Amino acid sequence: MAKVRKPDLVVIGAGPAGLGAALAAREAGLRDVMLIERDVELGGILPQCIHDGFGSIVFGETLTGPQYAQRFIDRVEKADMDIKLNTMVLDLRPDRSLTAVNSRDGILEIKPRAVVLAMGCRERTRHQVLIPGYRPAGVICAGAAQRDINIEGLMPGRRVVILGSGDIGLIMARRFTLEGAEVEGVYEIMDHPGGLTRNLVQCLHDYDIPLHLSHTVTFIHGRKRVEAVTVSRVDGNLKPMPGTERLVPCDTLVLSVGLIPENELSRRAGVVLDPATGGPVVDERMETSVEGIFACGNVMNVFDLVDYVTHTAEVAGRAAAEYVLRGVARKPEALRVRPGRNVRFVVPQLLRGYGGEVSFYFRVSRPERAVRARLVTGGIPLAAKRARMVRPPEMVRLRADPERLVEALSRGDLTVEVVPEDEGPERQG
Amino acid sequence: MRKKHYYTCINCPLSCSLELVEEDGEILEVTGQECEAGRRYAEEEFRDPRRMVTTTVRVRNGILPLLPVVSTAPIPKSLVREAVRALADVEVEAPVRDGQVIYRDILGTGADMVASRRLDRLD
Repeated sequence: MAKVRKPDLVVIGAGPAGLGAALAAREAGLRDVMLIERDVELGGILPQCIHDGFGSIVFGETLTGPQYAQRFIDRVEKADMDIKLNTMVLDLRPDRSLTAVNSRDGILEIKPRAVVLAMGCRERTRHQVLIPGYRPAGVICAGAAQRDINIEGLMPGRRVVILGSGDIGLIMARRFTLEGAEVEGVYEIMDHPGGLTRNLVQCLHDYDIPLHLSHTVTFIHGRKRVEAVTVSRVDGNLKPMPGTERLVPCDTLVLSVGLIPENELSRRAGVVLDPATGGPVVDERMETSVEGIFACGNVMNVFDLVDYVTHTAEVAGRAAAEYVLRGVARKPEALRVRPGRNVRFVVPQLLRGYGGEVSFYFRVSRPERAVRARLVTGGIPLAAKRARMVRPPEMVRLRADPERLVEALSRGDLTVEVVPEDEGPERQG
Repeated sequence: MRKKHYYTCINCPLSCSLELVEEDGEILEVTGQECEAGRRYAEEEFRDPRRMVTTTVRVRNGILPLLPVVSTAPIPKSLVREAVRALADVEVEAPVRDGQVIYRDILGTGADMVASRRLDRLD
């Protein structure tokens, strides 16, 4: 039996969330931090995101994905941590003990005093969107195509159709075009785009790539290799309309149909998940339902900006350090933070009242102009912010003042809602 | 002759639909913006649209076969494709430092292409 290791903290995943959390924990005074990553290098998915636009909130400048990652990697390498690359966590149990494996140590039994979940998310595949047709080569997820082109130096195809207008799909439309492939178009089943507007402009408009809203792929042709796809218009219930089919010849279908937080380990540990986010239910310190297990970044819910991932990582890393060093136990009582009008979900979902400023992140269900986002309890707003426009792809961050939150604790559960700007009394601060 | 141009502002999530009216290259009016940044964006898009360039170059003896590179400043939008094509022929030797200049003064724009990460040598 392998010797059991007992670090203060294990961080699972070394993307932006894991790097940020491990650093925050070290800086908060934790000495023995172990960072576990299944890939061969640090950075998670950022090294393949070679486009720019990262870091405008955290660094006040725009960086490429590798540059954003590099800043954290440089700090982590100087911070004296036990970094385990090429290492897969096989199991995480409710008592926080875990089993991992790599080719150098073999099986590792680890019993840390705290755990930060930072496993990120993965792409939805063809099987999750149920596209009929054959199963030829040439159907690829957008992130996988990104890795092929930007890291491995491989071209997945020459004539490309993209299904889904998520940010990675839009960015890959441009990338395929710049690398000499022909992108026939981007097809989106919803009546609004799935990605950020700045990506629509810079990736599609700049290169005259058409976006077909309310359309989907209804058949994949080709037995060995994709030869064409059938696209159809969909009705208000997202059902393909007969008679609207069009055959589009192509050799590659790129799927950008959404991301799913990667919570297999969280489930094994008994962490309660929120069906609305697909990630753990957390409180304002990013602590999950299992004491001593924290979560941050895209494992919690899929963020649009890496800057927010870093913010949640800092909260989780600091909280894990406090938990270990000062034995800050979890407060048993918690208020629920519920999604209200035009809000699909909110994180954190619980407020226990530890004090300090809390950022609530949420997504709206539908685009809306001239609104006010607010956090209310018993009809009284605790935090509010105006927005001229809200859209489902763009997360909203609402910061709440510590004093107002403490005051709220006696009043009962909270709701985050988006209301028309002229509605309801403005009682801020 | 008076002509209208339409842009979508990319400065914030508001994404204003901008309309710019010009006559013989002279900007007469910009409408549709909620703020000053929108007007500036429309004017720049009309006069001299620029974009950052990000792509990859090949690496010899690196831990990975490709190195991501980024321009040190935005270059004219019309030159982006050509810049990427020029960089397709570039090959560098590992190791590479983060920020190392890979290609000077791309297409005479004054912008350099620099490595956007560190890339170690494969031993």
